Amino acid sequence: MSKINSATLRDSLSVSLTVGAYGVAFGAAAVANGFTVLQSCLLSLLTFSGASQFAVVGVLGAGGTALSGIATASLLGIRNGLYGVIMAPRLKVKGFKRIVAAQVTIDESTGVALGQEVRSPEAMRQGFWLTGFGVFIFWNLFTLAGALGAQAMGDIRAWGLDAAVPAAFLGLVWPRLKTNSDRALAIGCAVFAVAMTPILPAGLPIIVTAFIAIAIGLRK
Amino acid sequence: MNQYWIAVIGTSAIAFALKYSGHSVPEKWLAHPKIQRINTLIPIALLSALVAAQTFTEKSKLMIDHRLLGLSVAIIALLLKAPFPVVVISAAASSALLYNLNN
Repeated sequence: MSKINSATLRDSLSVSLTVGAYGVAFGAAAVANGFTVLQSCLLSLLTFSGASQFAVVGVLGAGGTALSGIATASLLGIRNGLYGVIMAPRLKVKGFKRIVAAQVTIDESTGVALGQEVRSPEAMRQGFWLTGFGVFIFWNLFTLAGALGAQAMGDIRAWGLDAAVPAAFLGLVWPRLKTNSDRALAIGCAVFAVAMTPILPAGLPIIVTAFIAIAIGLRK
Repeated sequence: MNQYWIAVIGTSAIAFALKYSGHSVPEKWLAHPKIQRINTLIPIALLSALVAAQTFTEKSKLMIDHRLLGLSVAIIALLLKAPFPVVVISAAASSALLYNLNN
C-alpha cells in the first residue's frame, strides 16, 4: 500500500472513534435484554453490523423467538450486501482478503470510502480498510465495556437502559428520514408494530413492517 | 442450546453470508432503481417499528411508562441536532429519573 493520504486517515479515524463508541450502548443493551457478556461480544465480533445487532437483542428482549430475531436482523443486513456490490469492483480483492473485506463492509466503511473517491482510487481503498478496521476495533472494545458495565448495574430500569435501547434505534433511523414519505412510513410502521403486538407472536409485528417497505418500494 | 445462542449464531452466519454474497455478484444485478429504493426503505420501517415496540410494549402487552419520557427527550435531543451519545444518554437519564421517583 502506498503512502496513506492524511485527510483520508483523519476521516477514517474520526468515524471509527465516534461510531465505535456507540458499542457501549450496544453492549449495555444486549446485557439489559438478557444476553450474556460473551454473547454480546460475539455478536459484535461476528455479526458486526450495529442495526442488526440492536435488532436481534431488541426482538429477543421483547420475548421474540430466535427465528424472528434472526429474520429482523437479516433484513437489516441486506444493505451490507448491496454495499458489497458497490465496493467489490473498487477493491478488487480475492480469497482471504475478500472474506476480510466482506466482514468489514458496513455503513461507515462504505460511506467513508465513497467520500474519498474524489481524492483518488487509492484513497478510496485506504478509506475503506482504515474505517472498516478502525470501527471493528473500537466497536468491539466498547461493546465489552458496555456489557460489563450493564452487568454490574443490576436493575437496568433504574439506570434508564430500557429507554436507551429505543433511543438508540431512533438515533439510527433519524438521519434516514429525508422526505415526508420516509417520515410517513416511519410513523406508520411504528403504529403498526405497537398495534399488532398484543395480536401477533412476539417479533412478527416488526418483521411484517419490512414487507410493508418492500410493497411500497415496488409500487413506486 | 437456548434461543439466545441460536440467535447469536444464526444472525452472525446470515450477516456474513449477506456481506460476502454482495462482494461476489456482478454489480449490474442489483442496479435496478426499485431494489435501491427498497434498500433505503427497509431500515426505516424496521428501525421505526423497533423504536415503538421497545418504548410502548412489554412481553406482548401495551404499556406506557417511564420509557416514554426517555423517548420524548431523545426526540428533543435529535431535533436540537445532538450527537448520538447525547441522545442515548439523555434518554436513559430522564427515564431513570422518572423510574426512581416512582419506585
